[in-house]
Amino acid sequence: MLTRIKQDLTMAEAARSPGGARIDLLVVADMVEPGARVLDVGCGDGELLRLLETRGVDGRGIELSREGVNECVAKGLAVVQGDADTDLENYPDDGFDFVILSQTLQATRRPRVVLEHMLRIGRHAIVSFPNFGHWRIRMQIGLGGHMPHTDNLPYAWYETPNIHFCSIKDFRQLCQVSGAKIEAAVVLNAWGRRMRLKMPWWFWNLFSEQAVFLLSRRG
Amino acid sequence: MAEASATLDFADRRREADQPHSLVVRFPASNPLRLDCGVDLGPLQIAYQTYGALNAERSNAVLVCHALTGDQHVVNDHPVTGKPGWWETMVGPGRPIDTTRYFVICPNVVGGCMGSSGPASTNPASGVPWGLDFPVITVRDMVRAQAMLLDHIGIESLFAVAGGSMGGMQVLQWAASYPARVFAALPIAASTRHTAQNIAFHEVGRQAVMADPDWRGGRYFAEGTDPRRGLAVARMAAHITYLSDAAMHRKFGRRFQDRDNPTFSFDADFQVESYLRHQGIAFVERFDANSYLYLTRAMDYFDLAGDYNGVAANAFRATPTRFCVISFTSDWLFPTSESRAVVHALNAAGARVSFAEITTDKGHDAFLLEEPELFTTVRGFLDGAAAARGLQPAAR
Repeated sequence: MLTRIKQDLTMAEAARSPGGARIDLLVVADMVEPGARVLDVGCGDGELLRLLETRGVDGRGIELSREGVNECVAKGLAVVQGDADTDLENYPDDGFDFVILSQTLQATRRPRVVLEHMLRIGRHAIVSFPNFGHWRIRMQIGLGGHMPHTDNLPYAWYETPNIHFCSIKDFRQLCQVSGAKIEAAVVLNAWGRRMRLKMPWWFWNLFSEQAVFLLSRRG
Repeated sequence: MAEASATLDFADRRREADQPHSLVVRFPASNPLRLDCGVDLGPLQIAYQTYGALNAERSNAVLVCHALTGDQHVVNDHPVTGKPGWWETMVGPGRPIDTTRYFVICPNVVGGCMGSSGPASTNPASGVPWGLDFPVITVRDMVRAQAMLLDHIGIESLFAVAGGSMGGMQVLQWAASYPARVFAALPIAASTRHTAQNIAFHEVGRQAVMADPDWRGGRYFAEGTDPRRGLAVARMAAHITYLSDAAMHRKFGRRFQDRDNPTFSFDADFQVESYLRHQGIAFVERFDANSYLYLTRAMDYFDLAGDYNGVAANAFRATPTRFCVISFTSDWLFPTSESRAVVHALNAAGARVSFAEITTDKGHDAFLLEEPELFTTVRGFLDGAAAARGLQPAAR
């Protein structure tokens, strides 16, 4: 068991690209057209925004934590302190080409409202999230009988900021009801590597730990 | 309150209003300042200080806008009080607004009393101080006068405009009035409008001044009186609004001043009373009572949204300026909610905006104090903007 954990950790380390950026962020960044106007909702310490700025993207961010915001502003990034649940309504329609929600959907109070605002504010929305349908999570709940712990989801249930978990299957259903069209999807395995196999959704839902969706407004 | 040295201060203040210890530009009556109240103010005098050097491209100028009771003496000793400049924590060599890198200009606002035309200046038509004959001015008038000064110096485009409180209002007005002339804007502890509570506090201050029998309907210079008591009380009341409950309690608590027991009198038993009295006395040494009326009025009238059909975002429509809005957690005079409203307006206008709320218990005055988080934020914002503007990094 210990060997297994060690192996996982090594692989997770390796999931950083040679440049040092997290692979899931690179996947998100690759979906953004050069020169686009981007709003990164829940931008953390600004790692993605910095990556995007090196690609000539005009990036803005919203971040809940004061430390994160101050770190971003000190780096010269255009980031405001704010809450995805309450502040997106202040942004005008079509103000951005891409609105990104990276590893934050599960921590919002009203994921559907947030997604709908993203599709209103941007021509495209990019959402990345941990897949709760992964087989190890299913095993931990189904056989272990406890809330799952993984490298991506390290919190105990009583102190996790993540209150709205979903599987890839659940997210596709949310897209359905929110009027989002799925333009592209990339799934990552347990080690943050891109899974390139052409497979049906149920396979991805079972074997991918993270998913990145590129969405647009339907109709 | 102390009566000593009243005549000396009085003469100093009068002289400083007309012949200040500053650089001065005088605009003739043929080139007046068109005021919001409809009056053309001319001749017009603007007193200002500069620090650092303007580069060959004239692209590194930073305009610092002072607050209600501030002046142009940002980082030099004050000519009347001899005290250090009011923003030495923020401006200077190696400071966030680095004078080895930027050319810093700070003018005294029109309506002020440190050398720019104001109620304490001599009215050229009558040869005596303007007093209440001086026209009522607005924040927009202050900014228009600053634009005239920059035209005179030959600075078309500012790298940045920065200021706190009333200075922050001027920053927002600059961005609204002259968007093409402002590359980066840094409004600190500011808002797009004065709230009813803000106006109420100012009205208390003005009534204190006007209730002083020495005020004489504003003609105290002509009558040889000095409304020190009224202005000191105004300052005491205002000073409370600049601090937070927590900071006051930390600093003074219920401690007695130079005594162990209450005196059962109305002497300054408590340290906080003694402190406020000192603040009042120190203030009247350097400030003109009528100026206090005019500048508080200008702040009360400030309502950026009101000037743009009730929508603050319209003030910033298609703005090319990058903004960094900063508020303080314990500021209840210009609370974070007001700064957030500024940010929402800027977002709605599609502006490039950063917003940081700084954790501090020092209240509204925190922008003047030692706040490392504030300095890191300002430095980061200006460094990013300077890179975008193509300014050379500071020689460190």
